[in-house]
Amino acid sequence: MTDNLIQIVSILAAAIAVSFGAIGPALAEGRAVAAAMDAIARQPEAAGTLSRTLFVGLAMIETMAIYTLVIALLVLFANPFV
Amino acid sequence: MDNPLSLAPLFHLGPVPITAPVVVTWGLIAVLSLFALVSTRKLSLRPGKTQTVLELFVSTIDAQVRETMNREPAPFRPLVGTIFLFVLVANWSSLIPGVEPPTAHLETDAALALVVFAATIGFGIATRGIKGYLATFAEPSWVMIPLNIVEQITRTFSLIVRLFGNIMSGVFVVGIILSLAGLFVPIPLMALDLLTGAVQAYIFAVLATVFIGAAVGDAPRPERPKKEDTVP
Repeated sequence: MTDNLIQIVSILAAAIAVSFGAIGPALAEGRAVAAAMDAIARQPEAAGTLSRTLFVGLAMIETMAIYTLVIALLVLFANPFV
Repeated sequence: MDNPLSLAPLFHLGPVPITAPVVVTWGLIAVLSLFALVSTRKLSLRPGKTQTVLELFVSTIDAQVRETMNREPAPFRPLVGTIFLFVLVANWSSLIPGVEPPTAHLETDAALALVVFAATIGFGIATRGIKGYLATFAEPSWVMIPLNIVEQITRTFSLIVRLFGNIMSGVFVVGIILSLAGLFVPIPLMALDLLTGAVQAYIFAVLATVFIGAAVGDAPRPERPKKEDTVP
């Protein structure tokens, strides 16, 4: 019974972790892309440098979401209490 | 669904268990080394197609390193270039049917990040000397020593988890979609994986450059204001 409960709670925790962990990076990526668009519109000749920096920045921000995904996977597959 | 965090050994080499990512890594090393050997066999001043591509690759990496570090890229080119090439080919090896990219497992990423960690310390000591390198931990004041030490560890850890999470999640999602939907449905996701793989390889190499650049410090004299056009 407790084993079952732990699994239920783990799955819930994983789902909550991923869903809430996706909010922050999503907002941040939106802001970053908006700022980059603004910059490209003002200065189209710098588009190459800007988009390269944007890609690196986006991947950095996305890493935060990936961290929560890793935590969720740890909870699901490497749970120390199951 | 199989666990992405653990691995079953493929076979045993004496007492050492050998897993599938290790075999794939050996394969990649062999392919890359063979390609490097064969393609640099006869270099000429009038480059052919292969040599042009190689020169473009090397000069792009050089330009990146020069831009990030403000130093001549020669001492760092082998390490950064190899890391970039290996991570890129490893990420893209998921295109070969039956091959799972070795970077989708924690161990390969940990090995790569530890190489970067060791290289950071090595280059730092080589340019500043042991005392000079240790003194950088006390910058800007001695209060920062614990924070600087923690930073060394956490940034290596985040280097591991970033690459692992991105590549593993790609493989995982393709696996889930494939089990839910038909044969050709995951193809757009695999195309997205190609982009993610390339960007992550680039980021891994750039971060390695940044860490090493922070360890070796600025160039002794400001030189060469000229700037090449880099390929975006």
